Amino acid sequence: MTDREPGSDPANPPSSQGFWATLLGPMQGFAVTFRQMFRPRVTVKYPEQMRPKPQRFHGRHVLNRYEDGMEKCIGCELCAGVCPARCIYVRGEDNPPEAPVSPGERFGFVYEINMLRCIFCGLCVEACPTEAITMTQLFEMSVTDRSDAIYTKDELLVEPDGTPNHPQPAGPLIDLAELKIGDGWMRATAPSGRAAYEGVVSWTGSATGGLRPPEAGQSGGSQVEGSDIQGATDPATATGESSEDRATWDEPPPGAAESAAEGEEAGDEADDG
Amino acid sequence: MSGWELFLEAAVKVVAAFVLLMLNTLFLVWFERKVVADMQNRVGPNRAGPFGVLQTLADGMKLFFKESMTPAKVEFIPYILAPVAALLPSLLIFLVIPIGEPFMIGDREITLQVTDLNVGLLYFLALSSVAVYAVVLAGWSSGSKYPLLGSVRASAQMISYEAAMGLALVPVVLLAGTTSLAGIVDVQSGTFGSFLPSWNIVLLPSFVIFFIAGVAETNRAPFDLVEAEQEIVGGYHTEYSGIRFALFFLAEYINMFNISALTVVIFLGGWHGPVFGPDWFSWILPIFWFLLKTYLLLFVFVWLRATLPRMRYDQLMSFGWKRLIPISLLWIVLATVALGVRRFGLPWEGL
Repeated sequence: MTDREPGSDPANPPSSQGFWATLLGPMQGFAVTFRQMFRPRVTVKYPEQMRPKPQRFHGRHVLNRYEDGMEKCIGCELCAGVCPARCIYVRGEDNPPEAPVSPGERFGFVYEINMLRCIFCGLCVEACPTEAITMTQLFEMSVTDRSDAIYTKDELLVEPDGTPNHPQPAGPLIDLAELKIGDGWMRATAPSGRAAYEGVVSWTGSATGGLRPPEAGQSGGSQVEGSDIQGATDPATATGESSEDRATWDEPPPGAAESAAEGEEAGDEADDG
Repeated sequence: MSGWELFLEAAVKVVAAFVLLMLNTLFLVWFERKVVADMQNRVGPNRAGPFGVLQTLADGMKLFFKESMTPAKVEFIPYILAPVAALLPSLLIFLVIPIGEPFMIGDREITLQVTDLNVGLLYFLALSSVAVYAVVLAGWSSGSKYPLLGSVRASAQMISYEAAMGLALVPVVLLAGTTSLAGIVDVQSGTFGSFLPSWNIVLLPSFVIFFIAGVAETNRAPFDLVEAEQEIVGGYHTEYSGIRFALFFLAEYINMFNISALTVVIFLGGWHGPVFGPDWFSWILPIFWFLLKTYLLLFVFVWLRATLPRMRYDQLMSFGWKRLIPISLLWIVLATVALGVRRFGLPWEGL
């Protein structure tokens, strides 16, 4: 031990040249490891202590609805086509004309994601033309049976009032509020749905989060008040009780209204056919 | 003194030594994991018991209840014997290590070591050579290539460093005039001048060589090529699982403790240290000093592991044969001359 002490003394490092430096230089590594003992820890005690997740975290998927309760999924299977893990299975079906499920010609009749195969790359979210599938912040999805890891449409689709479904009950690890936090990909790239947001990126309105404000600092963000991410996580926002979001909620986003109208037309056509 | 009393004393000591070693291993494994975690900015075990101290107990119980797999191609009898052969020498070496000051019960002196062999040092060197057999047997009887590679490395490494270790002890024996470990501790009582303890640490080169060779003997980093996980999948114990693996693991940690304890006994004054306070306290203190010094060295063991990368095989061999052994030979010559001068005077003075 004695032969190492001089080299491992950080206050008195060996000079860069000379006999002692040659002898003790290799011992400087001991000073490095010794110093680390007094540094703060980089790990956190996970179940008790959770790190804040990044805004664009890729967690469990949800299937969204428009604010009027229509499903966004039109059963186009682009998500299944783009999925590199081949974990999505979609079967589309023509909308029943008397009670259309989605504002399109077709809707997702069967929608399943095998969470054991999913690599959470988010390509399905990118591919989706209607922002029907998005990702959330929930990732604690452990199951005790392989078949439980296949999420069916019932579990993926949010309720008409925006309540997300989950196969497991809420617990210390499963915070269902995380299912209402949309992912950042859409927040960054979705085109604006209304005139007040011209030149500003934002979501189209959905039952889960309403019309979400654009990210702070994004193009034209100054036009919109309260453009912080917290607005999207606030449960009040989701139910439309926040006053500043209320204002944007009074009239439905034109995009949604148009597509809903198109859906009705499409339904009529199908009926004619 | 009847034979019955002797038997009772020996039995109590043996059981106490065994319990001490087991408890110490439980603590040592936790200690190593915590210190390495600290050095890597991690937290380390923190779930079982306060600060995770019971983690080793949990791991041990898990290993105990797990299946001991026996691969199809093993040579069964040596395969079964090897873990026992690894553990036995480590337990036996501890028997001669004095951990505290002898005390009196009535008119009987009770030494805090199971037995004080007058050839203690030779006994230790002999048993640490026997430990090589376990590794070689385990590697060969597993009938698998990685264990065999590990045991081939082990035999070469342990034999090379055994030589340096034995040579490093020669000046100590010359200085102390005894190979009994209790005798060596006795020699180190007293002080140079007024306060500097007269430990054998004055034989600094011997101390350094002995400790390096000790690290190599116990197959610890940076000399852990015998069980290099990244190259040979754990080396000689690749094919062992369950309680048989636990025995190898136990042996390694007991060996670490033995080497540190021996270094303390031989070079750092054993249980000597400032003693004060009431009777019971001054009885505890020597044991405390002994354990404190031992754990300081064990900290160095762990520190080495956290700092140094594993040596390459040719580096290991050239370090052992081309550096350590020549240096210890040179040091023997120097120490012998110095001791001779101290004892007989300068050669020309008698003329």
